[in-house]
Amino acid sequence: MVLPLHLGEELPIITLNKEQTFYVKQSWDGKCFKILSPDTFSKLKEANKQRGVITNSSKAFIPSDVLTPLKKETKNVVQSATKPKNVDMEIESRHSTSKSSLAKERHSQRVANNDIKTPTARKKLELNSPTRSKGRLLGCEVLGLLDDDCDAVAPLETSATKRKVKFTSGILGSPPKIPCSNKSKSASETAGECQRFSDALRLSPYTKVRDFSEKDKNLHEKDDILSLAGDQKLSSQSPVLTPRSRRTCVQKTSALIAEQISILDQEDFLSGSDSSYSASSEEEEDDDLPCTPEKKTKSSRIFSTPKSSRKSTVHTPAKTPKKTPSQGTPRTPRNATPEIPRRIQAAQEPASVLEEARLRLHVSAIPESLPCREEEFQDIYNFVESKLIDGTGGCMYISGVPGTGKTATVHEVIRCLQQAAENDELPPFQFVEINGMKLTDPHQAYVQILEFLTGQKVTAAHAAVLLAKLFSTPGPKRNTTVLIVDELDLLWTRKQNVMYNLFDWPTQKHSKLIILAIANTMDLPERIMMNRVASRLGLTRMSFQPYTYKQLQQIISSRLKGVKAFEEDAVQLVSRKVAALSGDARRCLDICRRATEICEFAAQKKTPETVRMVHVTEAIDEMFSSPYVNAIRNASLHEQLFLKAVLAEFRRAGVEEATVQQVWGFFVTDTSDLDHKVVLLFIACMLRHAISCFVTVSIKEKLKLSGNSPRRKLKVDSYLCITVFLRRGRFVTGGFGFF
Amino acid sequence: MRPSARPSSARALASLRELRMQPMKPSAMSKRKVKDSSEENAVSISQVQKILRERFCRHCASGKLFGMKQQYRHLLELLKRTTVHGESNSALIIGPRGSGKTALLNHVLKDLREMKQVSENLLEVHLNGLLQTNDKVALKEITRQLQLENVVGDKVFGSFAENLAFLLEALKRGNRTSSCPILFVLDEFDLFVHHKNQTLLYNLFDISQSAQTPVTVIGLTCRQDILELLEKRVKSRFSHRQIYLMNSFDFKQYIKIFKKQLSLPAEFPDESFAQKWNNNVQHLSEDKTVQDVLQNLFQHTKDLRSLHLLLMLAGSAVTVHHPLLTAADLQEASRQRSTDSKANIVHGLSVLEICLIIAMKHLNEVYDGEPFNFQMVYNEFQKFIQRKAHSMYNFEKPVVMKAFEHLLQLELVKPLERPSVRAQREYLLMKLLLDSSQIMDALQVYPNCPTDVKQWAASSLSWL
Repeated sequence: MVLPLHLGEELPIITLNKEQTFYVKQSWDGKCFKILSPDTFSKLKEANKQRGVITNSSKAFIPSDVLTPLKKETKNVVQSATKPKNVDMEIESRHSTSKSSLAKERHSQRVANNDIKTPTARKKLELNSPTRSKGRLLGCEVLGLLDDDCDAVAPLETSATKRKVKFTSGILGSPPKIPCSNKSKSASETAGECQRFSDALRLSPYTKVRDFSEKDKNLHEKDDILSLAGDQKLSSQSPVLTPRSRRTCVQKTSALIAEQISILDQEDFLSGSDSSYSASSEEEEDDDLPCTPEKKTKSSRIFSTPKSSRKSTVHTPAKTPKKTPSQGTPRTPRNATPEIPRRIQAAQEPASVLEEARLRLHVSAIPESLPCREEEFQDIYNFVESKLIDGTGGCMYISGVPGTGKTATVHEVIRCLQQAAENDELPPFQFVEINGMKLTDPHQAYVQILEFLTGQKVTAAHAAVLLAKLFSTPGPKRNTTVLIVDELDLLWTRKQNVMYNLFDWPTQKHSKLIILAIANTMDLPERIMMNRVASRLGLTRMSFQPYTYKQLQQIISSRLKGVKAFEEDAVQLVSRKVAALSGDARRCLDICRRATEICEFAAQKKTPETVRMVHVTEAIDEMFSSPYVNAIRNASLHEQLFLKAVLAEFRRAGVEEATVQQVWGFFVTDTSDLDHKVVLLFIACMLRHAISCFVTVSIKEKLKLSGNSPRRKLKVDSYLCITVFLRRGRFVTGGFGFF
Repeated sequence: MRPSARPSSARALASLRELRMQPMKPSAMSKRKVKDSSEENAVSISQVQKILRERFCRHCASGKLFGMKQQYRHLLELLKRTTVHGESNSALIIGPRGSGKTALLNHVLKDLREMKQVSENLLEVHLNGLLQTNDKVALKEITRQLQLENVVGDKVFGSFAENLAFLLEALKRGNRTSSCPILFVLDEFDLFVHHKNQTLLYNLFDISQSAQTPVTVIGLTCRQDILELLEKRVKSRFSHRQIYLMNSFDFKQYIKIFKKQLSLPAEFPDESFAQKWNNNVQHLSEDKTVQDVLQNLFQHTKDLRSLHLLLMLAGSAVTVHHPLLTAADLQEASRQRSTDSKANIVHGLSVLEICLIIAMKHLNEVYDGEPFNFQMVYNEFQKFIQRKAHSMYNFEKPVVMKAFEHLLQLELVKPLERPSVRAQREYLLMKLLLDSSQIMDALQVYPNCPTDVKQWAASSLSWL
């Protein structure tokens, strides 16, 4: 059993039945870990031997809420996980060594040598062990270990498997991210070989074993919650240490490494690895969301079946072994930071008043305050604040048409709350945001939430289970979580289980989950939600009314504060127009932006001027005018004739539906110079593209006729009928589609 | 920046096809002993062919833009601001097919790349609705074109969800002042609208409206009602900039375009030939027949691409012996362009097949366009054979069936429902896809048509 401890944490007492327990405390100073002296391990070993360990049945279940405070640590671990390959190899070789039964002899040797510091070896280990505690691992030890695994991997399997079972039972229920490799390696430890085991443990950031080994003896009979926590921690962290992708054929690798080490100049080897490590750590620092490959997730699921996982670790010879330090950068592609390349030339700052105004009017520009939403802001703020203070959970449903500032207001609330939490006016909380539109599938919501909370990447189904566990387990130390669910309606599924779960969690006693759900329709709960979902959502609702023209005016002028670019009347015209149409603030800002462009365009020769009514009117016309009239006006003669013929046919038949045959009859009588129906069809096709607004294609009908795509279907022929839908009261002409 | 300007689109393929259809220059000329002057002629004529082909087949920035100065300026300013100031934007270019949307964009991009302050400062992502048929494919393509896949390494790209998260994360990291602006060009924009939830559009527009990596989304579409197709949230995030291309020229300008498209450039090596050619073009544009041809085309469609096609067909008639275009060439090209392919197919049918088509025509007349099945056609045919036909051999039913199926394959006849295993083929309901006038026209020119068949075609009652 391996138990890492928090730096500040007390040493837990472990009572495990016939199981070796390891407490590891490790310090992470941001760059490297310090190693622990081997004598600690020997002490530990003795201690463990002396102890009659009793398994606590409660151990099997690990409260998942311990996960949450761990997020930071997890990040660190991720960084450590990206150590250069050579370090990896060492780790692996050490692991395999520990598996070997032959290693026992070496072990004693090592213990004897443990006071001699070989600088090179220490350096090597510094890569992953804390600097604070004095590292005392010997170079020869490492070499010895490496030698060991060449011969000793195969024989140990059977015994290891057994032990593995014990091990896994100990951490049963812990997050699934633990890759089998780590597990099996540690599991393969024999009970007596705790020292080697702790060797393996040095990988994890918590390796302050030194002080614990002494305390350990004293603190036997403490409550085991802490130890559970520790256990949990290790398990949540260890996975990243040895991602499966880097697992290699142990034998091959170790042999290669042994060879290399003997050949390579030690200094070079280490410096090389050092530099590559720092480089990779830099790279990693940008990415705080560790992405673990899918594979790992899978292996983690079979985590409780030790045999299979063990197999997967030991027999993966297909993977390419990491051979040289030059290949040192770890293959952690998922962890890599995706970034858009930097621009080569610096972005120009706005030069004129109009440019400045345009910059400020861009929707993306973040204003200092959100005018006109003070009331809503206060309501939401109070809601979240009270829940935060009480430490309870709750839901709030926010609705409003697009562009009314829902998301912006909620974000503003969160920002203020975060500030308050920083100033210790409020209890700290975690903020998670998901957007229905940014999910490929409603069930991906679970995955994203879990990733935000714990950094784990698992499948949707598993994430749901984990989250349910997380929110249903009492965790006094866990912070409240504030979850924003944007575009809620897209989380709709047929069984509505995603929505159900989301709104069910806050109602549970220990969840400490506050949900702010955002959607467009006011009656969404009644319309699409089942009763049980709607009831859980509760009645705390808020609706954002569309902006009135005064509010829009205020929004524009607040953004333009200090910049004299717009005439007062122009602003008013825009806001009145938009308020009458939709009340969408985005539209309002876009029009203003376009107006500045038009103004700039018009005033190029003269001195820059302010945006006046003319420009604004032009911009509004550009955006809102219907293109149909213009399109018909510019259509070719026969296209226009065709439209007229269709209309005439409508009038004749009294039905707004016509076939090509019928329209053709009209056409022939009307125009003499048309010789071929093909021409007519050609025109009709053209019209379909040109004035396609009229085309209302009935997909059903089309599918009935042929399995072809709508486009292919347009190889029309006269007997396929054209149905025409006339939109009266709109324009002179109607529309038609082909079936 | 991406080396290739634009993924091979359907249009490019089409133009390739046109190129292949182009009759090759008679190189056999050289076999014969020809005069020096005609040899020189051959060189310049092959050059002419090359110039014209490039002009008509490639819809790239090399050609000239007609009557879209304002739109050009608008788009250029827009993209310039994106690159220079890092301002995010979105716009749609809307216009009927062949109105020069892509040409406009290519022109702007070409000019943009030549600007010093812009070069190498803009990443381009070109998507086409016909190629990226769903968001998953589109996301992969975006990742590829942004060359982000090297970050992912040699791993197979993960799930759709991971891919989306990855891309959003990448774009989120940037900011206005430091990240390289990205230009997204969505060709056939209307097809992206049909993607599930319009996720891609939502995210692209959302990025363009938030303080992330500067992004400009340009959509090209021929649907005028495109805004109504957008989902309300997507619509709200779209900036409502629409650039319309309407082909709003009249016939006089059309003639001018015709002249410009045919004229040789001033830098043509053989000056005297160029002079001659251009004079001829000028002469042609004033010719009555040519004007009629053009007027006809203009009335049918204002699409410049169909003008190109016409000129292409006419231009292929130019040879060493026939160095200048004539009005007759254009007339012939116009005729070729408007031939009815269905009627052409009928010319190649066997007499039995013709008879079947005539039978169907009669059925259509009797039943007023109601669908028919093979058995009905066969009965009609039998009636004709028994009572009237003298020259026709009475074929057996399987043979007639075979002929009928051939018609089906030629898509002259179309089944109303899909043939199922259960239904007998004889009783599948069919529709004839030919008009009676088309059939009659085809019969007029059908070689060696038996007289009784012709009579039968003229009147279904003639055998009475």
